[in-house]
Amino acid sequence: MNKSFHARYDRNFDTFSRQDQDRLAGSSVAIAGLGGLGGGVCEMLARAGIGRLILIDGDSFDITNLNRQILCREDLIGFPKAKAAYERVKLINSDIKAEYEIEYLDENNLYDRIRQADLVMDCLDTIDMRFMLQDAAKKADIPIVSGAIAGVTGQVFVIFPGDKGYELIYGTRASAGSRGIETRTGNISYCALFVAALQASECVKVLLQRGNILRNRILVAELWTNTFEIMDLV
Amino acid sequence: MPRINLKLFATLSSYSSDDNECIQVQDGTDIGQLLRDFGIPPDRVALIFVNGVRKDTGYCLKDGDRIGLFPPVGGG
Repeated sequence: MNKSFHARYDRNFDTFSRQDQDRLAGSSVAIAGLGGLGGGVCEMLARAGIGRLILIDGDSFDITNLNRQILCREDLIGFPKAKAAYERVKLINSDIKAEYEIEYLDENNLYDRIRQADLVMDCLDTIDMRFMLQDAAKKADIPIVSGAIAGVTGQVFVIFPGDKGYELIYGTRASAGSRGIETRTGNISYCALFVAALQASECVKVLLQRGNILRNRILVAELWTNTFEIMDLV
Repeated sequence: MPRINLKLFATLSSYSSDDNECIQVQDGTDIGQLLRDFGIPPDRVALIFVNGVRKDTGYCLKDGDRIGLFPPVGGG
């Protein structure tokens, strides 16, 4: 890597080693969903130095996104979220190989969109889509870093191919509803970015094979009461 | 009779005046009965934790157990 590369990441050292930073630069991460979680994840992974980002969301910003989605601005109402994420990444670091897809994910396109990634970030907003993502990630043989939020409550965990994954959280696919309590609670900015930060951290840990990864464990947080707990899922 | 600590997360806290309380239950009470005692519909609960480990509604409560009930969270 060249001198300016290491100068850019000077304040990452020695939390990350030079070798760690090079490894992140050689990594590819897909971000599925670019709303409250995905926008924050995109910002943090770009700054952390992930070399390739695949940005996927079919939605465009509307006024209700302004309360929490870091990529949303008044002048971007109606603008595609995936393109906004791409432009943000390029403003942060023009060397990142970023690409975007303005399309809603479904079982027909999911695998093709994520198969070139080393890892996929689940920043989706429906439970049934999360199950579909798990199928595609298993087929692609890549891990998922999953985040979910409702109000000031959040959860983060990591699924490796072959893990039971979402069934441990939501029950069987047939019994799980499409939405959780977020339909009642909405979502608050600081909770979205808090959970996004935890997801970004798990992503880096998985890519660097360092630290304690939330595999078969879940971190749950509730901010009214400052409750933060890690629970064993199996 | 077992005394347990019950923590109700997020929207489930509406089923109790105290979202983190120490309560006494009858011998042989399982999680399913606990939900009925508090009037919590089972489909409102996604995760049941006992002493930091995931369990199901058939788990029989023991003295000193820390119970956490977590609703389904799916927003992004």
